[in-house]
Amino acid sequence: MFTMLNPRKFYRAVGRKKFLDFFVLTVFLLFFYGPLTNLLMLAFAEIYQYPNLIPQKFGFKWWEFVLSQKTMMSAVGQSFMFAIVTTVFSLLICLPAAYGLARYKFPGRRLVMFSFMLSNAFPKIGLYTSIGIMYYKLNLMGTFLGVVLIHMINTMMFMVWIPCGAFSSVHRQQEEAARDVGAGPFLTFCKVTLPMAVPGIAVACIYTFLGSMDEAQGTLLVGVPQYQTMPVMMYTVISDYNVMAAAVYALAMVIPTIVLLVLLRRYVGPEAIASGFQMK
Amino acid sequence: MAEITTNIKPKLRIIDMTKRYKNGDGVEHINLDVYPGELVTMLGPSGCGKTTILRTIGGFLDIDDGDITIDGQSIALLSPEKRPTAMVFQSYNLWPHMSIYENLAFGMKLRKVPKEQMNQQILEMLKMVGMIGSEKKFPSQLSGGQQQRIAIARSLLLKPEVLLLDEPFSALDAKIRVQMREELIRIQQELGITVVFVTHDQEEAMAISHRIVVMNKGVFEQVGTPIEIYDHPVTRFVADFIGEMNFMETPDGIRAVRPESLSLSRGSQGDLHGHIRTIMVLGHYAEVNVQCGDAVIKCNVQRDQMAGWAVGDEVSLSYTKEQFFATETVE
Repeated sequence: MFTMLNPRKFYRAVGRKKFLDFFVLTVFLLFFYGPLTNLLMLAFAEIYQYPNLIPQKFGFKWWEFVLSQKTMMSAVGQSFMFAIVTTVFSLLICLPAAYGLARYKFPGRRLVMFSFMLSNAFPKIGLYTSIGIMYYKLNLMGTFLGVVLIHMINTMMFMVWIPCGAFSSVHRQQEEAARDVGAGPFLTFCKVTLPMAVPGIAVACIYTFLGSMDEAQGTLLVGVPQYQTMPVMMYTVISDYNVMAAAVYALAMVIPTIVLLVLLRRYVGPEAIASGFQMK
Repeated sequence: MAEITTNIKPKLRIIDMTKRYKNGDGVEHINLDVYPGELVTMLGPSGCGKTTILRTIGGFLDIDDGDITIDGQSIALLSPEKRPTAMVFQSYNLWPHMSIYENLAFGMKLRKVPKEQMNQQILEMLKMVGMIGSEKKFPSQLSGGQQQRIAIARSLLLKPEVLLLDEPFSALDAKIRVQMREELIRIQQELGITVVFVTHDQEEAMAISHRIVVMNKGVFEQVGTPIEIYDHPVTRFVADFIGEMNFMETPDGIRAVRPESLSLSRGSQGDLHGHIRTIMVLGHYAEVNVQCGDAVIKCNVQRDQMAGWAVGDEVSLSYTKEQFFATETVE
């Protein structure tokens, strides 16, 4: 069986086309999962010295170290706190905007839609510096609200675009039918429009939540030292400790993301996301 | 309806109603009385204003002038949820996240109908529309025709004073459409409900209506029973829009003759003369196109009378019925 591992024999056995497919897949898998595998290996390494290819000793030493650091664990709590608050605030502000953009055709509508992308078009650090100046004037520097606002700047695009697409896919007749059978405008929104748009809104919430969990630059600039989230902490860990501690910390950051995606995998699909990015 | 006399009060009245859109389209000075138990159809090409009128009755469009009353009470200022009307749209009537039962129960719950009574009424209604057993299904599991049945059932469950139907069958296949038509007549007769129906399909309008309102460019061209409108169209537009019609220009106006009013004969005693261009057998009858000078005249001839005729034959046409539109009424 192992003779098949000889590339020449393999090539003869499966033919040219299959071999190319196999080759491309292998390169892709290495490219995609290589760094992750490396991260896993690092996280569970206890002793790992050059020039060894794999660690000399595996173990949970660095996990124990990271989990015992008070500052690191408080960062985890803060990250979740900011992610939840940012998601709730974005929902409250962006859903009405998304509904308005989906339902009413007014001059400049596309420009408004487009403007939500602008914050992603500028170099972030320049944007944050100018925001920082404003924050000093408004006394928002180092405050909880200040950090939430910074997080929201990045997630507004998702929270407006994706629900807007979801609301657009609710047909007027479906709302009118609800009015017709006796529901007022608010009840119609709650019982018909909103439930039908839930998949899109869920996707937007995931993006917002993960985006907030991932945000480092802005928090570093306006939150530190009062607020240190996990990604901000990452900078410290990388500069102050060894690569194994950083790997453990990075994995700890990935876990909530994976849990969320598994829980909501039903909603997170290319279609749901794509529908939000259609400029109608 | 033949039995309607002047001492019956109209169920629905549209009184000098005007609705104008920003772009200048719309309808002006519309007057229409619909009597209890009557099925009135608004018929016309797209953009003629028929749906506009229906939506003003349902409350989905505000009117600019005039009034709309049901049983003598003005409903013009009421929002859709407060009106005693129920509407069935062309498509997307049902809420896909609710089961059929929930779709049907939604409006009844808002009206606080007791649960026992609601269950019983929903079952009865599902039986009436032939959809027993679909309560637990979701709209996406039903065909287009079945969805429209449920939409009609949902409207009827609310016991509306007037049922409004906005091209409810036009998104369906031809066969289903004809079947739904027949069922609508049955349900309407069974319940004696007042219906305003909108369609662009003249055959559908002829089939189901007690009275038809033929509309064109925001104006009522003619209001009458299907037979009146078919046999005595008052304008050239109506003559052209309803059924098939041959138009023959004469110096003082236009003569209009239906294809079935024409008969073929040999010799020279007929009203028109020409030769047969094409013969198309369309089932129990054949369509014969006759070239008379510059004009092509269409005749519908029973199959058994077709024996012996061939393309190219000299033929003379005679007709029993005609409509005449003097030059000044021609647009």
